[in-house]
Amino acid sequence: MSQAETAGPTAAAVRPLALLGSELATLFRRWRTITMLSALAAVPVLIGIAVRVAGAGSGRGPAFIGAITDNGLFVAFTAIAVSIPVFLPMTLAVVAGDTIAGEASLGTLRYLLVAPSGRLRILLVKYAACAAFAIAATLTVALFGCLIGAILFHIGPVTLLSGSQVGFWGFSGRILLLALYETVSLLGLAAIGLFASTLTSVPVGAMAATIVLAAVAQVVDALPQLDWIHPWLFSHYWLGIADVLRSPVEWGSFLSNLWLQLGYLAVFGALAYGRFTTKDIAS
Amino acid sequence: MSAAAIRATGLTKLFGAQRAVDGLDLAVPRGSIYGFLGPNGSGKTTTIRMMLNLISPSSGTVELLGEPMPRAAQRVLPRVGALVEGPAFYPFLSGRDNLVRFDAADTRSAPATRRARIDTALERVGLAHAATKKVHAYSLGMKQRLGLANALLRPRELLILDEPSNGLDPQGTREVRSLIRALAADGTTVFVSSHLLGEIEQLCTHAAVMRAGTLVASGTLDELRSQAVREVTVTTADPDAAAAVLRGRGLSPSIPAADRVEAALPDGVAVEDLTAALVAAGVRVRGIAATGESLEDRFVALTGEGFDVAG
Ligand SMILES: Nc1ncnc2c1ncn2[C@@H]1O[C@H](COP(=O)(O)OP(=O)(O)OP(=O)(O)O)[C@@H](O)[C@H]1O
Ligand SMILES: [Mg+2]
Repeated sequence: MSQAETAGPTAAAVRPLALLGSELATLFRRWRTITMLSALAAVPVLIGIAVRVAGAGSGRGPAFIGAITDNGLFVAFTAIAVSIPVFLPMTLAVVAGDTIAGEASLGTLRYLLVAPSGRLRILLVKYAACAAFAIAATLTVALFGCLIGAILFHIGPVTLLSGSQVGFWGFSGRILLLALYETVSLLGLAAIGLFASTLTSVPVGAMAATIVLAAVAQVVDALPQLDWIHPWLFSHYWLGIADVLRSPVEWGSFLSNLWLQLGYLAVFGALAYGRFTTKDIAS
Repeated sequence: MSAAAIRATGLTKLFGAQRAVDGLDLAVPRGSIYGFLGPNGSGKTTTIRMMLNLISPSSGTVELLGEPMPRAAQRVLPRVGALVEGPAFYPFLSGRDNLVRFDAADTRSAPATRRARIDTALERVGLAHAATKKVHAYSLGMKQRLGLANALLRPRELLILDEPSNGLDPQGTREVRSLIRALAADGTTVFVSSHLLGEIEQLCTHAAVMRAGTLVASGTLDELRSQAVREVTVTTADPDAAAAVLRGRGLSPSIPAADRVEAALPDGVAVEDLTAALVAAGVRVRGIAATGESLEDRFVALTGEGFDVAG
């Protein structure tokens, strides 16, 4: 017993961030995460090679694709525009749907809880890891876009939508801003996925539900008959990429997006909290 | 220190209409090795989950180390090591990395000593050589050992172990037994569930027996043994005379074979007195034995399963 007292846990300092470090290390060392990030990196690479080989085409195809031959950095823009409707939400849904349900299905959730990690801490850490994945995912697309663009095409000053020109660093800043914008855009979906994950111990179920919701939101957003609901859809600002290319930057839509996403985070975060803190862990 | 290591009062869990645990009252003394016995589905794991705040009781309360759960959970659980319904790990991480993760999940564990503590725990369960192997390549027994290592990541005042020797080979079972004894000798209270009576009998100082969610017996092993229905068997060439003597002493004997007389032994009747009486009555006794004193018979009688001992 004396041994137990000298190493006394009551006297030990509390380290609230230890679990976050462990969560991030676990997430980014998983093959699944690495595979998904590699797939996302392949998007700009494919776009760059396709345009290099076949040319930009005649005005058809994804946004900004015609600009790539003028400036390689547009590969990053095109790749993000291509990824935001499907690839980014899908990979994020895999991570978010797995958060609680994945631990429950492995049975590791009970050992995290008796370690002990409080339930609120587990939720916060899991959500933070989803946000970290969203940043990693958008940055992967952006950085590989810049890289492949620089390798395959000419880079130089860019004429923005409002007519003014920015140099290489200015434009790189815009690309980072776009990555940030799309990360913020995914925060609402991450909260939905986290909540879905507290409802089941079958991770695939939570992932699928989250992906389906992302698809439904975009379909509804495309129906003019339902336009009253559009500003409330978490996917409403996903394609607002052009605002980042104005001079000065259109902060209005940036902020509306941020508030909307924080609203989703508040609602689904509260639901996830209500569910998870009262849930019987019987797996 | 006088408070019980675990105290459950009126602990009840309903799953729908099923009373998985029903009005359980339990006090586990500090320093004991407490066996928690019961057949499959009798509510052992459900009880342990309630103790550890994994599921909330439908009614009743639990105190761990003198503090009320779940209110004191964050303060108490670092002092408690647990194995619940088998081990569970991240299959894509190595054994060591799994322990690193669970240790990091304990907000009060010191990262400076983490490496050394994990090494010691792995050493104690005999897994030092397999520490860098991914858990998906572990055998059932190796996972069970790793689960025990996780419970031993730091010095604990209380260990709650649900079927700790499940899946272990005979050597492993013995090692776990001696490990538990060593920990108890250091002052750790050990609460260990099992449906294997032999294991509890060899290991524990106390035991409680569950049947269909209710506690049917509890106490020290000696107390439980003394409650056992005992039986006396007389091997003799004069069964009728022997039966008459036993009847005279208030027993109700039967003669299952030509040379054997059996009877339940009531409290307060000593076998040596019966021997004297038989000899005094001129019965030619070949042998006399008191049977049915094993905990197994008591266990079977209490839980109502298995073969009929008297038959
Ligand atoms: N999550 C649950 N939902 C519904 N019923 C449950 C749940 N968990 C356990 N039960 C039921 O509660 C009863 C007790 O189960 P428990 O797992 O506590 O038994 P046990 O004593 O640990 O058995 P074993 O020796 O097989 O491990 C069983 O009848 C079981 O079916
Ligand atoms: Mg069980």
